[in-house]
Amino acid sequence: MIDVLYFAWVRERIGVPKESVETQATSVTELVAELSAREERYAMAFSDISALRVAVDQELSEFDAPLQGVREVAFFPPMTGG
Amino acid sequence: MVVRVQETAFDLGAEVKGFAEGCDNAGAVVTFTGLVRDLASGDLDRMLIEHYPGMTEKALSKIEAEAVKRWSLNESLIIHRHGMLRPGEIIMMVATASKHRKDAFEAAEFLMDYLKSRAPFWKQEFTNDGAEWVESKSEDEAALGRWS
Repeated sequence: MIDVLYFAWVRERIGVPKESVETQATSVTELVAELSAREERYAMAFSDISALRVAVDQELSEFDAPLQGVREVAFFPPMTGG
Repeated sequence: MVVRVQETAFDLGAEVKGFAEGCDNAGAVVTFTGLVRDLASGDLDRMLIEHYPGMTEKALSKIEAEAVKRWSLNESLIIHRHGMLRPGEIIMMVATASKHRKDAFEAAEFLMDYLKSRAPFWKQEFTNDGAEWVESKSEDEAALGRWS
């Protein structure tokens, strides 16, 4: 089980801020493909990966990052702090 | 080196005074303050700042640690608010203290450049017409280039 978190418009499109996902995915890319195949709302949120950022266990990561031993993955748009 | 992420407003004057008095034998203090800017049309009613609890504090501490590696700093402070804010309200501040002003100036700019696009905050602007997520600017990403 991996906790998957969504922020900003990604959260709005998917409809929940957080969920526990039972997955066999070995990378973030595989997780995205798995979720996208599941329901239209995921496919919509993940339609343009270049518009998204990902954090793995609260560290900014790349989409090809492995998921072995990972507890938390978060998807969000580019950050706008300050 | 202090990082605070909070919903409540803070007293800028008191924070800067406390910081300046608490940074052991520094000769220079630089501060930056970010405010909620109204839209050009003047129509902004409020701004929501969302963040990623846990990662936010880690990301800010990491940015701060990097600044400490690069410049000679006596002390640094980052305060960033989240939640619903009104136009003109203070969103955040950074303060840096060093022996001489150059380190404090450069480190404050570095902290701001990284915080803009590497700390997990997202802004949403509300007007009478609805809500819009603020898009990141390419110049904010480009600004990081000067520090690499």
